[in-house]
Amino acid sequence: MGKEMIKVDHVSMKFNLSQEKIDSIKEYFIKFVKREIKYDEFWALKDINFTLNRGERLGILGLNGAGKSTLLKVIAGVFKPTEGSVARHGVMAPLLELGAGFDMQYTGAENIYLYGAVLGYSKSFIDEKFDEIVSFSELQKFIDVPLKNYSSGMKARLGFSIATIVAPDILILDEVLSVGDAKFRKKSEKKVMEMFDKGVTVLFVSHSLEQVERLCNKAMILEHGNMLAYGDLKEVAQKYRKIIE
Amino acid sequence: MKARIKNFFRYRFLLGELVKKGIKLKYRRSYLGILWSLLEPLLTMIVLTVVFGTLFGNNEKTFAVYVLAGRLLYSFFSQSTNAALKSIRGNSAMIKKVYVPKYLYPLSSILFNYVIFLLSLVVLALVSLVLGVYPNIYTLQVIVPLILILLLSFGAGMVLATVGVFFRDMEYLWSVILMLIMYTCAIFYYPDRLLNSGKGWLLKINPLYCIISCFRDGIFGEAMNMKMLLYAGGSSVLILLFGIWIFYKKQDEFILHI
Repeated sequence: MGKEMIKVDHVSMKFNLSQEKIDSIKEYFIKFVKREIKYDEFWALKDINFTLNRGERLGILGLNGAGKSTLLKVIAGVFKPTEGSVARHGVMAPLLELGAGFDMQYTGAENIYLYGAVLGYSKSFIDEKFDEIVSFSELQKFIDVPLKNYSSGMKARLGFSIATIVAPDILILDEVLSVGDAKFRKKSEKKVMEMFDKGVTVLFVSHSLEQVERLCNKAMILEHGNMLAYGDLKEVAQKYRKIIE
Repeated sequence: MKARIKNFFRYRFLLGELVKKGIKLKYRRSYLGILWSLLEPLLTMIVLTVVFGTLFGNNEKTFAVYVLAGRLLYSFFSQSTNAALKSIRGNSAMIKKVYVPKYLYPLSSILFNYVIFLLSLVVLALVSLVLGVYPNIYTLQVIVPLILILLLSFGAGMVLATVGVFFRDMEYLWSVILMLIMYTCAIFYYPDRLLNSGKGWLLKINPLYCIISCFRDGIFGEAMNMKMLLYAGGSSVLILLFGIWIFYKKQDEFILHI
């Protein structure tokens, strides 16, 4: 406990929803001259502020469109916040979009290196962990087959195995992991639980209060980009119950 | 700045992987594979030499070397800038999902084409020897234009990648501009007549022409025109700096437009 892992400092995120899609220079010039370019400003996140320490597991609750996934992507570094800043410490494993960066023409083995590199691993690290990744994904027979011939479950298994091979300090989860078949799901849940036991800091997004209560020790409610509540799990859970009723 | 350099080293393995991917996938599933990077320029050279040499009456023996040298540099420039132009939109699925420094996409597109280009220089060496253009001490100079064309292509690629995100028309517009650049590069004709006619500036303002011209001087074992080399170097560095500047200024907005 104690060590600060994530600091989200007055983060706001604005999207410009252009009313019409302008795809060409000609269109742009005509509209520019006529002063017809309008944007609907849309604040997906407004002034979010919190810190997470080592071993704290934060459940982010909220209805659809509350800004939960946007917040995770800002923390993961995919979006740059319009205002404010995010500070992260330690190794982060974002289990957000498993297999982003996979190439369908590449074989499974080639993709392990490619996706590993996308996640910021070094070559020697992947060399060392290669066998472990393959055996965890249970894809020994298919590892030299191009990915386009994989089923979606196989791709997800490979993605999960690569993303979880590090011992992360920060784990980012969007909804529950429903990777592959029942047997693999059990195995992947067990792996995530092991990480929990090691004192990893977790950010977990869910609609389900029951899951958050089971996995987390802190919680936050987002509504239309505003942070309605933040703090101890029990208090926040009570508030959330009132909202959804 | 220090953090940026650290970040660059952290992602240098990914850069290598992306370059490797570009090379591997370019020729995957073709029977001759990477051999095409040698065959393609050779075959084009034969066509261009027959058309512009034999039919238009340039009967010099070394015309083929002249054509090949120009054509290799031009096709590297055109292919790599085209790839860089499409690199951000082409990788939009990845950009939306994971954090990767964005300059890696145009940079890897340029670099993988550069590796293939360097490989295809083997053809130029062989053809030169066969046709009796032998290397001498001046040939070593070619290293300078080879570096300059990399800087120029990367600079132009960064500008194009940025513009391409906001205006899709750029993909079509650029192929027209490339054609204009090709005709003002003196690839398959000798530039003397144009240079003596008072319209030589059409060639000389084109940095790519200056690079090609310096490169040819080296290949034919002659001293380079220093004025031209300085202009090529200066304009390449300027375009590179501009490209990096505009890319860094705009890169955080990319994700909202792809």
